[in-house]
Amino acid sequence: MTTEHPGLRESNLFNRDVIHEIQRAAREGIYGIRGWGSKRYLPHFDDLVFLGASMSRYPLEGYRERCDTDVVIGDRYASKPLHLKIPITIAGMSFGALSAQAKEALGRGASAVGTSTTTGDGGMTPEERESSTQLVYQVLPSRYGMNPDDLRKADAIEVVLGQGAKPGGGGMLLGLKMNERVAAMRDLPPGIDQRSACRHPDWTGPDDLEIKIRELRELTDWEKPLFIKIGASRPYYDTALAVKAGADVIVLDGMQGGTGATQDVFIEHVGIPTMPALRQAVEALMELDMHRVVQLIVSGGIRSGADVAKALAMGADAVSIGTAALIALGDNSPEFDEEYRKLGSAAGYYDDYQAGCDPAGISTQDETLASRLDPVLGGDGWQTICAPSPWRRRSLPGPVVNPTC
Amino acid sequence: MEQLFDLAQTPLRELNQALHDCLPDAAESVWRIVNPKGEHAVACGIDTPADVQIQGHVGYYCAGMNKQAHVVIHGNAGTGVAENMMSGLVRVKGNASQSAGATGHGGLLVIEGNAAARCGISLKGLDIVVRGSVGHMSGFMAQRGSLVICGDAGHALGDSIYEAKIFLKGKAQELGADCVEKELAEEHLTFLAALLESAEVDADASDFRRYGSARCLYHFDIDNADAYA
Repeated sequence: MTTEHPGLRESNLFNRDVIHEIQRAAREGIYGIRGWGSKRYLPHFDDLVFLGASMSRYPLEGYRERCDTDVVIGDRYASKPLHLKIPITIAGMSFGALSAQAKEALGRGASAVGTSTTTGDGGMTPEERESSTQLVYQVLPSRYGMNPDDLRKADAIEVVLGQGAKPGGGGMLLGLKMNERVAAMRDLPPGIDQRSACRHPDWTGPDDLEIKIRELRELTDWEKPLFIKIGASRPYYDTALAVKAGADVIVLDGMQGGTGATQDVFIEHVGIPTMPALRQAVEALMELDMHRVVQLIVSGGIRSGADVAKALAMGADAVSIGTAALIALGDNSPEFDEEYRKLGSAAGYYDDYQAGCDPAGISTQDETLASRLDPVLGGDGWQTICAPSPWRRRSLPGPVVNPTC
Repeated sequence: MEQLFDLAQTPLRELNQALHDCLPDAAESVWRIVNPKGEHAVACGIDTPADVQIQGHVGYYCAGMNKQAHVVIHGNAGTGVAENMMSGLVRVKGNASQSAGATGHGGLLVIEGNAAARCGISLKGLDIVVRGSVGHMSGFMAQRGSLVICGDAGHALGDSIYEAKIFLKGKAQELGADCVEKELAEEHLTFLAALLESAEVDADASDFRRYGSARCLYHFDIDNADAYA
């Protein structure tokens, strides 16, 4: 920890980041709130490598031989499961946390590559429904904007118990982003700091959840796949209970998962990382003989085709991406560096999604900023980023191991 | 013509599918359901002007997300009766379990007996009238709409309430965080009297007290920390 000035040693325990946070807390008297996800080191897929084919494993010709990447999601009970062309879906992010343009861009990109996108803690917008060929509708504790018409319009239903950035915690949307439209969708006064509930209002445990899921199936005539999303905390037990509750699909969000606004202490100190969480969930499914019967979608820090391939190799059926999709739309782009610096941040560091001042027009409800993001171009960009991932995934199984891919 | 469904003979799925097959702009239909025997999700997801009479006790989520229909339960109701209802009328002749009318967006829910914990939790525009008493945490985080209680209320009434109105005739064991008594002005008396009349509950509006949000928790501020206590 020696600086450029010999003899000056920075404390590992009380380093400059820690000192800054203590002084900020003393000044402001309240915990720090920010977006993004965990920023500290956590074990991740980079710590795994594949074994290439050799004597005992027969390789495929990666770019010539057929290697399907499609996956059917939710066929345990639903009469109309999702059929995704790629095993990469878009995670739930709310209109409110994100601009309408960003939501539309995600829908356009997802539709172009044949996958699904997901609503969030603010209900379904017409733009999002129109731009998404396969849309998963979240049923969250807050039930903001929840209505049976949108439930029926959805292609799948996701009951959200938690998210990886804050398992056990409710959502936040600070007043800076609660404009008239967002507030009206949530039945709240504009401009207030909105706190979402952390627990569901009409069920209190796994036995109740089973009955709740049956109600949702009855409401939608048993057509829609029912997902249960859990924040990685006790994934072995939660996965088993989700199977018991009647889920078609389990969405497991690891500690690296992103958020629009959460207490920093919650992001960095609650939950378990994606990779060990995935292993526990797969173990639970295999013990119940439900692996590949109840599909497992994993999220939290998925950045590349290599991450996708490793998650699938560990037993996931598909992955969800959130932060990576926003980056593909332009989040933290160097082109906005000057504006990030005016906000006290910089390209590559920006995480003030809660503030609503995003120069990239993504995590904002400011009309001028949001209009910077063209949903058509944004959708094209994210599609272009996403499209190579299956190619990377396909490039791996060939020389690696899987003769049945 | 009345349609009769005996749930001792007919699967629930057939009943709900038949109700869902009625179009939103269809003529009014009349339904009688017998032998519900505590079945869950009875008559949920209706979106048609139906008159539904349920003869007996029902389980969880009866009349969930109801639109337009008038549903009368001639018995007790389990958890989450009329949860997230959008419009129409749901009447429980007996008692209701917890989370009655949870997150309801519109319409009227009448409970002629008592309601358990979390009645009217996260309300979003529904009006609820309870002829008896309600359990703890009723009106928790209620955003819009009203909760009328002719009896008493348990602990933490209206905890973290937003802009919903609570009218209480009896006593609250304790008010929740950020919930305070407010003036019962003429406009509130008029509103409450009309609501009681719609609910066919015989009570004098002037006997009630009104409760709502102190609005101290609307913004994160260290000076409001005591409000959470």
